[in-house]
Amino acid sequence: MSLLKYESQIREPLVNGNKNYHQVTEDIISPIEMKPTRLWYIGFYISVALLLFGVYSIYREVTYGVGQWNLNKTIGWGWDITNFVWWVGIGHAGTLISAILLLFRQGWRTGVNRAAEAMTIFAVMCAGQFPIWHMGRVWLAFFIMPYPNTRGPVWVNFNSPLLWDVFAISTYFTVSLLFWYSGLLPDLATVRDRAKTKLRKLLYGVASFGWTGSTKHWQRHESLSLVLAGLATPLVLSVHTIVSFDFATSVIPGWHTTIFPPCFVAGAIFSGFAMVQSLMIILRKVFGLQDYITLGHIEAMNKVIVLTGSIVGIAYITELFIAWYGQNYYEWYAFKENRVNLFSPYGWSYYLMMFCNVVSPQMFWFKKLRRNIAFTFFMSIIVNIGMWYERFVIIVTSTYRDYLPSSWSTYYSPSIYEIGFYLGTFGLFFTCFFLFAKYFPVIAVAEIKSVLKTTGESYKVKMTDMEKENSDKFYLEEVEHAH
Amino acid sequence: MSGVKKFVVGSFDDEAVLFPAVKNVRRAGYKIHDVYTPFPVHGLDHAMGLRETSLHTAGFIYGITGTTTALTCISWIFTKDWPLNIGGKPHFALPAWIPITFELTVLFSAVGMVLTFCYLCQLSPFVKKHHFHLRATDDLFVMAIECTDKTNDAEVQEFLQKAGAKEINVQVAETGWWLGRYDKEQKLYRELEKGY
Repeated sequence: MSLLKYESQIREPLVNGNKNYHQVTEDIISPIEMKPTRLWYIGFYISVALLLFGVYSIYREVTYGVGQWNLNKTIGWGWDITNFVWWVGIGHAGTLISAILLLFRQGWRTGVNRAAEAMTIFAVMCAGQFPIWHMGRVWLAFFIMPYPNTRGPVWVNFNSPLLWDVFAISTYFTVSLLFWYSGLLPDLATVRDRAKTKLRKLLYGVASFGWTGSTKHWQRHESLSLVLAGLATPLVLSVHTIVSFDFATSVIPGWHTTIFPPCFVAGAIFSGFAMVQSLMIILRKVFGLQDYITLGHIEAMNKVIVLTGSIVGIAYITELFIAWYGQNYYEWYAFKENRVNLFSPYGWSYYLMMFCNVVSPQMFWFKKLRRNIAFTFFMSIIVNIGMWYERFVIIVTSTYRDYLPSSWSTYYSPSIYEIGFYLGTFGLFFTCFFLFAKYFPVIAVAEIKSVLKTTGESYKVKMTDMEKENSDKFYLEEVEHAH
Repeated sequence: MSGVKKFVVGSFDDEAVLFPAVKNVRRAGYKIHDVYTPFPVHGLDHAMGLRETSLHTAGFIYGITGTTTALTCISWIFTKDWPLNIGGKPHFALPAWIPITFELTVLFSAVGMVLTFCYLCQLSPFVKKHHFHLRATDDLFVMAIECTDKTNDAEVQEFLQKAGAKEINVQVAETGWWLGRYDKEQKLYRELEKGY
């Protein structure tokens, strides 16, 4: 054992139990090779049922038009754009874990990055549904692509944030997919080489692209993932920045604020981590992966939640202060009457948002609560509800009272098909996630192996013993040997 | 490059044993065809004397291609092909084009790099290669040493034994790739051609 493999004892092990390389493969890949449990089937069927309800809701919307939704004269963006922003935000945590934490060399990302990236891809798929179906005449959706056409040519407006969104979301989806899949190749090859049945050999053989594990390939693979991480880092910041531009570049009171881009990005990471927590807590339990997704991982993610939650809180308060300090009548009215006033039609949603996003995450300052699984799971749901309400508050409370009191709309509440569409994306998300969990390695096997000897529990114990020996001997034998 | 060759294959179960073995094998003058590992072993590429990859340079070139594509296309469309009067603002509205320019830079770079990666490593669906040991993707570090007419493979095997290899054998293998499926034992097309 060389000193290059040394990690301080203060750091918690990332892999618990007495593991070797083969054991890691066995633990993570064997669930793929077994028949799914009853629980898996139940979850999968519920998801498919939700998905089908979503498909029916979309069918209604396409056949009869956007009138199937309860949008009205001033609230042109209701649940659908709320859901769009919410889902995109969820996706951001996956990229943060896989890209930003890779650049920061955070070892704990290896336990959760694969599933978090999958979550990103599925969340962006769900997000994409909303603007696409909101077009109404969805068969003309290709009009958003800029290409020389026979309609003039009529080009898209490159100065419009809505078009920036098209580019941002599609780039984000493509880059996330490439990043995820290139990381999956070696692990799919592991599944392929263990496969006993013909069908599995065929399918994983095709999926693994003939990966062999050659040193030169690994060298390129490392370079590829590092550069992709470097590209994905500004990309993830740009995506939610651009989403926030949809609002910030408008002249609607409550939307026209420069704080939106950083506030949205922090909020996105905040809600995304909450979703990762919900999924990981279930995943580790169902697949028995407690040794790989440890309490340490959960605590680390809770720290991110309390940080980003506090950033979001500061942003809310700054926004409120500036609305007053800026002395714009309409801006201040939107805040004072439409949001802060508890007795206004939507006042309750502002306080719900404040409580869920700003007050409740502060519980995570306590270590006991950060390491409490049941509490973490509960909080992750609360945070996601809160972040959904943030988008709802921004969209609805700013639009339901226009400049013109005569066009102030009646109370907006969603129709069953609006709710059905939202539930349908849950169905899509969880159907994809259940299939992913069944057919793909949910933890990056190769990456766990590469940190195993530094951070595995059994190896850390050996290091403690080594440190206890005579330090001179330790230095002469181990350090000299390492060179 | 490709063709059928003979290899002495040694499998190691610990990367700490593998490193000195790689050095010794190279020092003894044997030619390491490749080392197959279940995860990226840092420094192994240097130990084997491989040069640094220039994949990131390719990524940069793809990136600036994306930047120029976005800028030239948008400026041509909005200043020449169909100038739109948007509130009397300038047609050449560079700040408003930055988001799309950035996104295309990232998109071109990422897609280009992944395709280049797959091309360089010859990775694709339905591509098959010779696998010296199935556990190379599980827990073994597999070193394949290429034999020439003059190599005494018994000597190489003994050498690997001393270096700490757990399993040693001699394999005749195709060095390139071919189209194939993993569920089928399949003759190489080169074998069929040459009638081996």
